[in-house]
Amino acid sequence: MSGQHTDAALAENAGDSLDANWYIDKLFQGVMFVCGISAVLFVLGIFAFVFAEGAEFVIKTINWSQFLLSPRWAPTSDYNPTYGILALIAGTASITVLAMAVAVPFSLGAAIFIAEFAKGRTREVLKILIELLAAIPSVVWGFIGLAIMNPWIIETFDVPIGLNVLNCGLILGLMAAPIITSIAEDALKAVPDTYREASEALGASRWQTTARVVLPAAKNGLLAAVLLGVGRGFGETMAVLMASGHSINLPSSVFDSVRALTATIAAELGETAVGSEHYQALFTIGIFLFTITFIINMTADWIIRGSKKG
Amino acid sequence: MDNSTATQKPLASTIAIRARNLNLWYGSFQALFDINLEIKQGMITSMIGPSGCGKSTILRSVDRINERLGYVRIEGAIEVLDQNIYAPEVELAQLRKQVGMVFQRPNPLPISLFDNIIFGHRIHRAPNEKYSKQDESDIVEAALRKVLLWDKVKDRLHSKATVGLSLEEQQKLCIARLLPVKPTVLLMDEPCSALDPKGTAAVEELIWELRGEYSILLVTHNMAQARRASEECIFLLMGRVVEHRETDQMFMSPSCQETANYIEGRYG
Repeated sequence: MSGQHTDAALAENAGDSLDANWYIDKLFQGVMFVCGISAVLFVLGIFAFVFAEGAEFVIKTINWSQFLLSPRWAPTSDYNPTYGILALIAGTASITVLAMAVAVPFSLGAAIFIAEFAKGRTREVLKILIELLAAIPSVVWGFIGLAIMNPWIIETFDVPIGLNVLNCGLILGLMAAPIITSIAEDALKAVPDTYREASEALGASRWQTTARVVLPAAKNGLLAAVLLGVGRGFGETMAVLMASGHSINLPSSVFDSVRALTATIAAELGETAVGSEHYQALFTIGIFLFTITFIINMTADWIIRGSKKG
Repeated sequence: MDNSTATQKPLASTIAIRARNLNLWYGSFQALFDINLEIKQGMITSMIGPSGCGKSTILRSVDRINERLGYVRIEGAIEVLDQNIYAPEVELAQLRKQVGMVFQRPNPLPISLFDNIIFGHRIHRAPNEKYSKQDESDIVEAALRKVLLWDKVKDRLHSKATVGLSLEEQQKLCIARLLPVKPTVLLMDEPCSALDPKGTAAVEELIWELRGEYSILLVTHNMAQARRASEECIFLLMGRVVEHRETDQMFMSPSCQETANYIEGRYG
């Protein structure tokens, strides 16, 4: 008797709440859907805008061999404006290579220490410090490059100018390090603990376990971390603008000043006539950068996916 | 009584593992109370008891893998071949060379099958010993033959260990990789609980084959397995040893009421 009564009441209540919940559910599904695809729409929108601005140059004006192979970037020349980005590519590439040479060993070492060796409070403090390092604005890094590194390099190496590949590479390396570290640490954390346990039970020390089991198992994730660091290096603008010397140059040593692709856009875009050839050329550099970072990120993503599957 | 220890290399003692007044805490929780045990050499000894009774804890104390947790505290002693493994001069690597461990879920390392088998050997060989490719191949082949896996995997030694192997075969692989360093004690923590009945039978058969040559301490949830696959049996309850006897006797006429109740399935 009483059992039947409660069953009926339950069914009725369930019906009511199902109706209300159904609408709330639908509403939130809709909201979430809009939020979810908005990110995609924004990216597509940015790409469309950048491409539209640069399109005329890419399709009509461009001389591909000159654009990619000439080291002469002279957009404001009155009688012979030249748009060659080779020197800019060399600038960006040299800075990024040096930055990675600095950042990768330190970051991987830090990630290995945090994930495999540090315990308790040490680990927590280190993680917070690294997040703090990632949060320093790039203009502050640029300022450090200008105000501290510049005189230090001039004095230490006895060179005429301290705003150069070395300065910029070190700064950029420090900027990329926290990102590489935290992604690499995630990759190490993702290695199942049963592997470490099995290895230690076989008599391997902590370090042997790390070197022979954990690192091989996490190598894809670590590679992806390095690639994302490279992407960061390519995309960084303000610190590079301030610390690189910003002079068009095919560098022959780390003490040469260089100019990066990103810094060129940042410095020149405000001073060109909208729609002019120069303006369009800068957007073409934008398309070039966009494509490269897109490829780097997709590769990293693809590698991470691969490592999760394997 | 089983007498196969006689064929083994001569050893000072016929007791493989001896626990003396062993107490163990996880943080402030005491998991083991005054454990005193003597595990005979060359025999398969099983440990049974309900979940949380401490059987895995004892097992994991014998190769000190428990210490990975960092909050384990131990009083008393465990001796492996008369050597107190908690003595300060004991090296973990040496202990784990002598004592191999098989885990509940097969856990081949994410490296090639060949490298899995030779892993322990590479860790433990002296730096001045040189092993050629051929030497290593011979070691790997011997280990795989011992667990009856050689014919199945001989053509893909260099592919990843888990590729194309069933759980049963992976567990055999995990046993095989212990053998090249010539341990004296094998610890097995419910080695068949992830396997189907056919796999269980195959691995049990293998364990039975290994007795005599190795002293085996086997934790199991499965009383039928303890009965089939062990010569002596220990019943644990709430972190204490209740009974330790020959398996047949224990199951025929347990001397404690708790043992009888557990064996008959009244709890656990």
